[in-house]
Amino acid sequence: MRYLPLAGADRSDMLDAIGVKSIEDLFADVPVAARIDKPFDLPPHSGEIEVERALAAMAAKNVSAGTVPCFLGAGAHRHHIPAAVDHLVQRGEFLTSYTPYQPEISQGTLQFLYEFQTQVALITAMDVANASMYDGASATAEAVMMARRITGRDKVVVSAGLHPHYRDCVTSFAQFIGVKIVAPPPNPAPQFEGAVELATLLDEATACVVVQNPDVFGRLQDFTPLARHCHDIGALLVVAVSEVISLGCVRPPGEMDADIVVAEGQSLGNPMNFGGPYVGLFASRDEFVRQMPGRISGETTDIEGRRGWVLTLATREQHIRRQKATSNICTNSGLCALAFTIHLALLGSVGFERLARINHHRAVKCADALAGVPGCDVITEHFFNEFTVKLSKPATDVADDLADKGVLGGVPVSRLYPEVEGFENLLLVAASETNSDADITALVQALGDVL
Amino acid sequence: MSDTGIIPATFTGNRGLAIEEKLIFEQDSPGCCGVDLPEPDAVADRLGGLQRTGDLGLPSLAEPEVVRHFVRLSQKNYAIDTGFYPLGSCTMKYNPRLNEKLARLAGFADLHPLQPRSTVQGALELIETLSHWLQVLTGMPAFAMSPAAGAQGELCGIMCIRAALEDRGDPRRRVLVPGSAHGTNPATAAACGYEVEQIPSNPRGRIDSTVLKAKLGDDVAAIMLTNPNTCGLFEDEIIDIAAAVHDAGAFLYCDGANFNAIVGRVRPADLGIDVMQLNLHKTFSTPHGGGGPGSGPVALVKDLAPYAPLPLVVNGADGFRLIEHAVAEGEGAKTIGRLRGFHGQIGVFVRALAYMMSLGSDGLRQAADDAVLAANYLLVRLQDTLTLPYPGPCMHEVLFDDGFLHDTGVTTLDFSKALIDEGFHPTTIYFPLDVHGAMLTEPTETESKASLDQFIATVKALAARAKSGDAEFFTDAPRRAPRRRLDETKAARHPVLRWRRDHDDPGDVEGAAGG
Repeated sequence: MRYLPLAGADRSDMLDAIGVKSIEDLFADVPVAARIDKPFDLPPHSGEIEVERALAAMAAKNVSAGTVPCFLGAGAHRHHIPAAVDHLVQRGEFLTSYTPYQPEISQGTLQFLYEFQTQVALITAMDVANASMYDGASATAEAVMMARRITGRDKVVVSAGLHPHYRDCVTSFAQFIGVKIVAPPPNPAPQFEGAVELATLLDEATACVVVQNPDVFGRLQDFTPLARHCHDIGALLVVAVSEVISLGCVRPPGEMDADIVVAEGQSLGNPMNFGGPYVGLFASRDEFVRQMPGRISGETTDIEGRRGWVLTLATREQHIRRQKATSNICTNSGLCALAFTIHLALLGSVGFERLARINHHRAVKCADALAGVPGCDVITEHFFNEFTVKLSKPATDVADDLADKGVLGGVPVSRLYPEVEGFENLLLVAASETNSDADITALVQALGDVL
Repeated sequence: MSDTGIIPATFTGNRGLAIEEKLIFEQDSPGCCGVDLPEPDAVADRLGGLQRTGDLGLPSLAEPEVVRHFVRLSQKNYAIDTGFYPLGSCTMKYNPRLNEKLARLAGFADLHPLQPRSTVQGALELIETLSHWLQVLTGMPAFAMSPAAGAQGELCGIMCIRAALEDRGDPRRRVLVPGSAHGTNPATAAACGYEVEQIPSNPRGRIDSTVLKAKLGDDVAAIMLTNPNTCGLFEDEIIDIAAAVHDAGAFLYCDGANFNAIVGRVRPADLGIDVMQLNLHKTFSTPHGGGGPGSGPVALVKDLAPYAPLPLVVNGADGFRLIEHAVAEGEGAKTIGRLRGFHGQIGVFVRALAYMMSLGSDGLRQAADDAVLAANYLLVRLQDTLTLPYPGPCMHEVLFDDGFLHDTGVTTLDFSKALIDEGFHPTTIYFPLDVHGAMLTEPTETESKASLDQFIATVKALAARAKSGDAEFFTDAPRRAPRRRLDETKAARHPVLRWRRDHDDPGDVEGAAGG
């Protein structure tokens, strides 16, 4: 058993030193009724070859997105990850360390987290960010809880453009603590009119409004007027971003006067992984920092005056505050945040902005090409790298037929909203820098055949 | 006396291989970029007038500069790969590299979560297979696989309890939590709208079952027990406690953070546990990654299983499928809803399953045995040097307190910092809270006897030094780490949480020159 360094003589020597006859003596506190003395009904240990074979066989039953033209988005996006990212995150000093409780020997983690926080603050145009959350959806729920603490109010208005997974997390987190959620029904109209409707739902009991940009249908919207409405009535504006690459060329939430920004950071540095692990971004204004959830790295000096970093403002956190903590979060997404940080460091301002423009232009090209397919209407006017099309047939059938033809053509909207009638024929199509002209041609041809 | 008092300072501030490294923001080389991207084709944009304007403020660096930066940062971290990391209750065991290799198979890593189900049958099989292993190891009939980490698993568990109680028309008000519990336990109960009531430990380091039983009543929803507990001890009255909890109509939540001690030997189901999260990054060796990603699947008894969060994986005649939405009837009708986006920490699942298959039924049990053996070896070899608040045998971790430092002028913190200079990661300190100056020591099963012996010898030497009156040796430590003690009060009183171009950096040895 290759992971166990104790050899036979070591075990008996150690038992002798302890003064017991057998290992069973060390389990003496376990009630006899609960001791299992026979092997569990599971396979015995295996060598690397056998384990590789078994898991490779499972992996081979999947169609990996990189082997076909892939136009799937809706909160998880396929982007190219520079080779240096994965090399660096596999360094044992990052991979096999833990939460930096001992800062003197954790400066590597603390410094990259500080760099991560700075990057997140810059791209969202916010004052301050934390050291990551689990993902965009759960971060949105945490943002709502934070708005509730800040305002002391219990009503939350959720935009119909918010990704339903994000919306559902808010609902789950809120269900037992007296939070009232108001959520107008989703509507994929070409231009988002929801901000006007949302403003009418605000009142003096409202803690926050949660919107998404680009929204779940791909639409872009200026939320500055909504922010003004929120602030006039003492509520906060929470903006979620499910495709972080958009921040390279779309006006950021901070410039629309958002109070809390949450985002899914997967697109930078992290593979799609069938849905996780991902990395949630969480940014806010300086004045609210002591109400933020999660770890935060802060600058300080050591006793020789040298700059260094520590986990700070820990009095917000569960290990100090226990039931009065701002959140129960403990472990977050450190290594995914590292991948994000490295990828964004490689890109820099110029690379990030260019990557975003490439994404947008691929999507525009794709939308223009699809507009020429009979039975396919592009219904989103303004978008970043994802848009909604209305098909002449149910989108689930079309997506399955496209998969049979070797194209992952889009996400059926009904997969996200099975309960909404009238969405059956809607398909979300996302493009990125990984989609070549040939991919777009393949999608157009396959879709033409299927429809 | 510090190094700098003996060895003259260098011009750069570097100390040989210990190289000072600025922030990436201070190494801006305008014009550089670490990724080659083509200028996109000219197409009329469709951003609707929402173009971003102005510089983002991110630094420009070429690939070699970025690689060097992060390699240098990595060298400032202590890690399991570096040395002995006995951080109690965190299970810092070796992270096998096979797991990393397999998690990177394109058939797992390069899968979109919303692909048609015919294209992801292997991924759903992976989730089901891992769930099966966990069910057998715990004896529990169902697992909620989606929680993103242990704390989210706790949230899942307590929410399921609350949903079940509300279904009964009996929501109840209080959750009982031992004083020795992880902070996530009371924080979780509060997040589900419960009042938290603390239960003290008895003189044997276990929960005081008399107090517990006295506090049980018809407004108690659950008790959150950690077993083995955070004193490193098995809660030997647990079966009796479970019966009392059930008699009161409440549920027994078990924090499974310490499952490594009993895996392959004890099934939580046989202890009367109703719900328990497992931290795959602890017991099942997936990397801690400087603080995540974790994964916290939750075991549920039959009565709680209907409340599991979405999505659910179902294995039917036509293959695997996902239930992603609440439905009116049947599976998913009573779900507490969604706790995160998509389906779960699949990348972590691959690693955990690779580990479990590598060790197998025999190896997992051997791992628990070795972990418990190592902890008891430390207990016995160090019990006359350090002080034990509770006698052994312990489980996979051993708790010492600071009694041995009485009148030395040295604290648990000082002692830990001296361990850093000796090349060890300190133990978990000042936790659990109900032991004075706690040093919770978890060696894990992946340390050799030589490694344990070296730690024992070092601790003995340090304890002798503390008792000899050389307090300054400890209060000045660490001297040889990348940083000496850092001013945490300053960090909290005057928070500097991000770099700003105009921020004056008092600790910058070279001034403002860029990289």
